[in-house]
Order: sequence, then structure tokens, then C-alpha cells
Amino acid sequence: MDRIPILRMGRLLLVTIQVDMHDRLAMTLQDDLTTRIVKDRATGVLIDISALDIVDSFIGRMISNTAAMAKILDARTVLVGMQPAVAITLVELGLTLEGVSTALNVERGVKLLQQESEWD
Amino acid sequence: MSAAPTELVVSPLITDEDVVRVRKLVRDQLVALGFSLIDQTKMVTAASELARNTLRYGGGGRAEMVLVQNVGRRGLSISFIDEGPGIVDIAKALTDGYTTGGGMGLGLSGARRLADDFNLESSPGNGTRVTITKWKPF
Repeated sequence: MDRIPILRMGRLLLVTIQVDMHDRLAMTLQDDLTTRIVKDRATGVLIDISALDIVDSFIGRMISNTAAMAKILDARTVLVGMQPAVAITLVELGLTLEGVSTALNVERGVKLLQQESEWD
Repeated sequence: MSAAPTELVVSPLITDEDVVRVRKLVRDQLVALGFSLIDQTKMVTAASELARNTLRYGGGGRAEMVLVQNVGRRGLSISFIDEGPGIVDIAKALTDGYTTGGGMGLGLSGARRLADDFNLESSPGNGTRVTITKWKPF
């Protein structure tokens, strides 16, 4: 079965979504991420969507849910690399991605997560 | 890159993978027609929402794409057709946040906002046909 790879960098998990995901693949990623947060004792999750041409309500919900689950598991989620056209479309679609932090790119996302863990 | 559709393009919607295929087909057509990146993104997203609805609520069906022309403009029209249970209360179904399937309830209402034209025909027992169109001046 297809899977999106999850990389570990210290206490952070990094996912770069590079394929146009069908719904089952998105759900598998959500499950895999929550499992890995616990297994790897991760404190932060970076989801890089710079290669995604669209984010529809299903993928948006998967991202929101993943962030909510991560929070309960004591990890912060940062969504990075959203294309401008995707952001414009998301807002018009009515998706606000509440509770999800965002950063322009992976580097800034990592900084954000490191700052947060220093405050803890 | 595929050419703009001069005749009807039909794509089945039976599996999750078919939704991905429709997204790609719609993107190719919009690129061939010279739509802006933002219009492409809006229309592909709307198509993705409606294709998923056809699959989840309509029990599967098909998407039909056709090039349409009008005075001084042309566009891409996509219909999502199923022979499922149909929609009992269309006004309610078009309300943000209303869902019968555990989703976010943004599919229909969101697709309506993202397209230029939106048309929904449905009645209980007779399936559903949703058509969206994006226009572009010549």
C-alpha cells in the first residue's frame, strides 16, 4: 500500500507531501503521524505542502485533525509552504484551518517549533 | 499537455483514485484553455469536492467535461452525475457546515463559491447532477 514517508529530525517529525493524495492515503498519513508522535516522542510535526497544487476540504480536515491529535499528544504542528493560490482558494472554500500554525517554509517552521519548545 | 476539449470528456467516479484522476483531467483542460493559476486552483478544488460527493453520497457516477462558448468568452463546464438517492433538501445541502456524511459540510457550498456558474439538479430517487463552469474572456 502507498504511504507518505515521515522523517525524524531530533524531536521533530517532517512530512513532505509530494503526491496528489487520494482520501485513503490522507487518512493513512494521519494515522501514521499520530502513531509516530508517540513512538518517537516527538514534540513537533512539520507538514510541508509546498508541492501540493490544491488543498480541498478533506485534506484540510485531515491537517486540522492531525494538529488537534498532535496537541493532545503534547506535540505542536506547523504547516509550511502553502502556495498563494492554494491559500486564496482555501479561504473562499470556507476552510480556516483553526488551531494550525503556519510558516512560510521548512526552515522557519523548524525555528518556530524550536522556539516553542524552549519556552516550555 | 492535452488539447482543450472539443468534445465531451467523460471520466468515471467509482474509486478514491478516480477523484485524483478527475482533478488531473480538469487541471490539464484548464491549462490548455489558458486559465490563470488561481482560477485553475479554484476550479480543480471545486471539482475535487464535487467528485468526492458523487462518490460518497451518490454511490459513484461520472464526471463530464465540455468546452463551452458564449459571446466574447469561453469556459470549461464540468458535470458530476450520479444515480444515487438524490438530495431531499437542496437549500439545506447548500448551507455551509451542513452535512449528512460526517464531513465538514463545505463541499457543495464551497464549490459554488469557487466556480463562476453553479447548477444543481436533484430529487429523491432520481440522482444528482451538479454542473460548474469557469469562464475566461477571449
